[in-house]
Amino acid sequence: MLILECPYCGVMADETDLHGGGEAHLKRYGPGSSDDEFETYLFHRKNPKGVHFERWRHVSGCGKWFHAARNTMTLEVYGTYPAQTTEPPKELVAKIKKKHPEWGGYE
Amino acid sequence: MSTRLAQGGRLIDRSKPKNFTFNGKRMKGYEGDTLAAALLGEDQMLMGRSFKYHRPRGVVASGAEEPNALVNLGQGERFEPNQRVTTTELFDGLTCTSQNHWPSLEFDVGVVNNYAARFLPAGFYYKTFMAPAAAWKHVFEPIIRKSAGLGQVPTEADADRYEHYYHHTDVVIIGGGVAGLASALAAGRSGAKVLVMEQTHHWGGRAAVDGGEIDGQSVDAWIDATLAELEGMENVTLRTRMMASGVYDHGYVLGYERVADHTPGDGRPRHRLWRIRTKQIVTATGAIERPLSFAGNDIPGVMLASAVRDYVVNWGVSIGDRTVVVTNNDDGYRTALTLKEAGLVVPVVLDARSEATGPLAEAARTAGIRVEPGRAIAKVHGGKRVTGVSICLQAGEGSALEEIKCDAVAMSGGWSPVVHMWSHCGGKLIWDEAQAHFRPDPNRAPTSHDGEAFVVTAGTASGAMSLAETLEDAYAAGKAAGKAAGGKAIRKAGPKADAEEAQPMAPVWIMPQGAGPQKRMKMWLDYQNDVKVSDVQLAAREGYESVEHTKRYTTLGMATDQGKLSNINGLAVLSDALGQEIPTTGTTTFRPPYTPISFGAIAGEARHEIFQPIRRTPMHQWHEDAGAYMEPVGHWRRPYCYAKPGETNEQAVNREVLNTRENLGLLDASTLGKLIVKGPDAGKFMDMMYTNMMSNLAVGKCRYGLMCSENGFLSDDGVVARIDEDTWLCHTTSGGADRIHAWMEEWLQTEWWDWKVYVANVTEQLAQVAVVGPNARKVLEKLNAQAGGGMDLSAEALPFMQWADGKIGAFDARAYRISFSGELSYEIAVPASQGRAFWDALLDAGEEFGVMPYGTECLHIMRAEKGFIMIGDETDGTVIPQDLGLNWAISKKKDDFLGKRAQQRSHMTDPERWKLVGLETLDGSVLPDGAYAVGEGNNVHGQRNMIGRVTSTYYSPTLKKGIAMGLVLHGPDRMGEVISFPTVDGSNTVIKARICDPVFYDKDGEKQNV
Repeated sequence: MLILECPYCGVMADETDLHGGGEAHLKRYGPGSSDDEFETYLFHRKNPKGVHFERWRHVSGCGKWFHAARNTMTLEVYGTYPAQTTEPPKELVAKIKKKHPEWGGYE
Repeated sequence: MSTRLAQGGRLIDRSKPKNFTFNGKRMKGYEGDTLAAALLGEDQMLMGRSFKYHRPRGVVASGAEEPNALVNLGQGERFEPNQRVTTTELFDGLTCTSQNHWPSLEFDVGVVNNYAARFLPAGFYYKTFMAPAAAWKHVFEPIIRKSAGLGQVPTEADADRYEHYYHHTDVVIIGGGVAGLASALAAGRSGAKVLVMEQTHHWGGRAAVDGGEIDGQSVDAWIDATLAELEGMENVTLRTRMMASGVYDHGYVLGYERVADHTPGDGRPRHRLWRIRTKQIVTATGAIERPLSFAGNDIPGVMLASAVRDYVVNWGVSIGDRTVVVTNNDDGYRTALTLKEAGLVVPVVLDARSEATGPLAEAARTAGIRVEPGRAIAKVHGGKRVTGVSICLQAGEGSALEEIKCDAVAMSGGWSPVVHMWSHCGGKLIWDEAQAHFRPDPNRAPTSHDGEAFVVTAGTASGAMSLAETLEDAYAAGKAAGKAAGGKAIRKAGPKADAEEAQPMAPVWIMPQGAGPQKRMKMWLDYQNDVKVSDVQLAAREGYESVEHTKRYTTLGMATDQGKLSNINGLAVLSDALGQEIPTTGTTTFRPPYTPISFGAIAGEARHEIFQPIRRTPMHQWHEDAGAYMEPVGHWRRPYCYAKPGETNEQAVNREVLNTRENLGLLDASTLGKLIVKGPDAGKFMDMMYTNMMSNLAVGKCRYGLMCSENGFLSDDGVVARIDEDTWLCHTTSGGADRIHAWMEEWLQTEWWDWKVYVANVTEQLAQVAVVGPNARKVLEKLNAQAGGGMDLSAEALPFMQWADGKIGAFDARAYRISFSGELSYEIAVPASQGRAFWDALLDAGEEFGVMPYGTECLHIMRAEKGFIMIGDETDGTVIPQDLGLNWAISKKKDDFLGKRAQQRSHMTDPERWKLVGLETLDGSVLPDGAYAVGEGNNVHGQRNMIGRVTSTYYSPTLKKGIAMGLVLHGPDRMGEVISFPTVDGSNTVIKARICDPVFYDKDGEKQNV
């Protein structure tokens, strides 16, 4: 059972207090988008073996959505950050890159 | 025969006898006995039958790894099957029965499988019972069900209680043997908060059985002294009878404490599940001895050498008078020496190694024991009990050199560290060539949230095979864990033992190594599931290469013991058959729990009325007092109907419908979700959430709205009211309030976080009553007349689809002129605190108008009569509003709303999508719920083509006939057509129904618009 730090209230929250929301930083495609764009937005998800950016909600706590950078293999958590952003913080990306030079970086 | 010795037994108290029964036979043991020891002490070697061949089975081990000796334990409301006698503590009054036999343990008909064994190889069931399907259902399955299965299923509710316990600590030490205790000393001295758990009821593990000295004292004396020191440390918690069930992500551990298994009914919880968070884990889980694979190694009386030794030393029980020891390592000699010391006879030690030169072998010779190196067991003689063995050369094919009479065989195939806790959360293993076992690879430990290792192994669990190495390794592990968890570095030295010399063990996977097919068919790997060497070899010949596949094909390691004894031997045999190295084959996956834990412990306190919290409306108690038949709706309980004495529920529902349509009905609608959406950007947000335009809804007005997922599927509906310039109130379905609230929050927080909108869920702040029927206005006006309320409820002041705030009688009310029934209807919200009084006042004032409360079923029927859809009936997550003829509620003016883009996809605009219609049976009967309509021809599976299905179906008391709604192919274009619904109740009949308008009642809305 994972522990993630809620970046809003600072609580180290058990996974049972959280609700997972899948891949982070999806770009929404609405009316006017092509079928391919919309299909990708709706259904295509990354499933990396390694570094992953995820959405979580502190559902049994402050109720806020946040993002976590997590390694799906080692379960290492590189950091959590508020959800009001379209891409991960640069410092966090740099930190992961330093630890895993072979990592392709956020895309 | 097995018997209780006159002396000995370090764990039992002979002054405290305990009486118990086995298969109704009265027996006696002592305090401190396991059930296994007590049974053996009474010469009860035969304890059960194997799963597949029903072969006689006796106990083979002395601990958690036991595969054979499982019993039905207890009776009545304290009955549990498949309990291992080796881990069951004896108590006065214990009752147990043996399993998996018929008619009796001694004489079992199912053993016929045994004689057919050559026809029941690996994968037999897969190969045989392929077709035809009917034969499977009527012939094979009933027979297999009768003969398969182990224990009986309990028939009574569990009398015991269980609890969960939360614990936060720095270091968890799993295992209370000498390694665990040495680790605890180091971790405790570091000042870290430490929890030590031991699965048995005694500390020290097996070390005291093996002998030796620690710090110049006997092992027993050292254990006592160490416990005294640990008990004196405030930062150390010691628990016995507590097994670590599993190690999970980020330092989560489940501990399974068997609080009162040995004192049933004493009022304490039977089991306690510890939910533990820790920074570091030390696994001091020891090792399990491996059996040797020789012909007849499953006959009762053949046991692990260490177990034979345990029974003598711990419980003063001998397995037999004459015990042949067979080994491939030095440790087996300890058993020979122990037996000799206890005055028992060891006719021979068969050492599979070509020479026996270690100090223990020398000691055996000195003690006068015959030692035969290079020898093996060709065959064990006996049926329900060992009577002797034939000896042969290990290097040969098994020609008998000599027969030796004996009544027990003690076998030692080497030791495998218990790596489960290390492996649960990703710790990797390495193959240790010298010891022929997998052990944890310290360089590839499980990692926690910080990327650092959080599990360290200690003692034998690390692969340390001597007392001296064990203590050194364990103390270092405890030290490291203490420090990593924030404790201080310690300098004090750890416990020490003298180094021992030992002769290297030699891996022996088959005995003798050249054994032919006849012998390999009698070499058991998995005792419980009857998997033999020949089965694994057959699987390999049939092309099974992956150990995971072989496991599932042969069922090796799939029994209740999960292969604790059999796995390594099995994969060694598989590797040999595949001609590859053991590490290439690898192991199967270790998964929690370590041994089965009770469902009670998992459920904890969550039983009966506290299984799930129940939400109650302010009027809930009234409903209960009125004898309402309640049904669950989300976490709520809502009245289904209010049956009067002598009335069936069905009659009550029909009465409620007619009364509401003719007079006056009251519905407790408090469960309806109520969300307030407020802010400068609330209108923009509402337009995204709903398919309708909501931003242009005038203040004071109501509008029915639909919400869709991004997939376009209808997810919720309800009436929206515009409260003021920047405030909307959204009604959701009863079960949907929390979900829709979360849905709105998600979009506001993660997509449109710059929009200025707040959402508040006020569902429980308000009680809501639907006042419905021709007399609805009259009763409310009477309340006003009685208590001087000021709200004008006339059709002119408050027309249909509007709302107003004010006083109704003495109550602070918000009245919505909305109708889900087709009648004149006011839905009135009052503060929750006034809800019950308002309800009572309405009943009181309504008496002259024929008031009756109505329940959810009446609500359903009335809405179906009006053709209103219900989320969850007409929708199932695959239905879009367009399917339901709700295009009028989908704005064409808006650029965007959730679901709009999806509804433009080709599949969503497909004219072949089934569409909502009404259905009326030709004979007036009620269509079965969910019934399918069939069309012409068959599909690729040879089934009739489906052209529609029923989504809602009721008897309409208003129309006195069955009415239904359904989704039908080209439905709206086929008005008046008759379609067929075959029944599935076995009557082979077909119900004919005509497609019609879904609005069955008052199509023009004259009744609600008054």
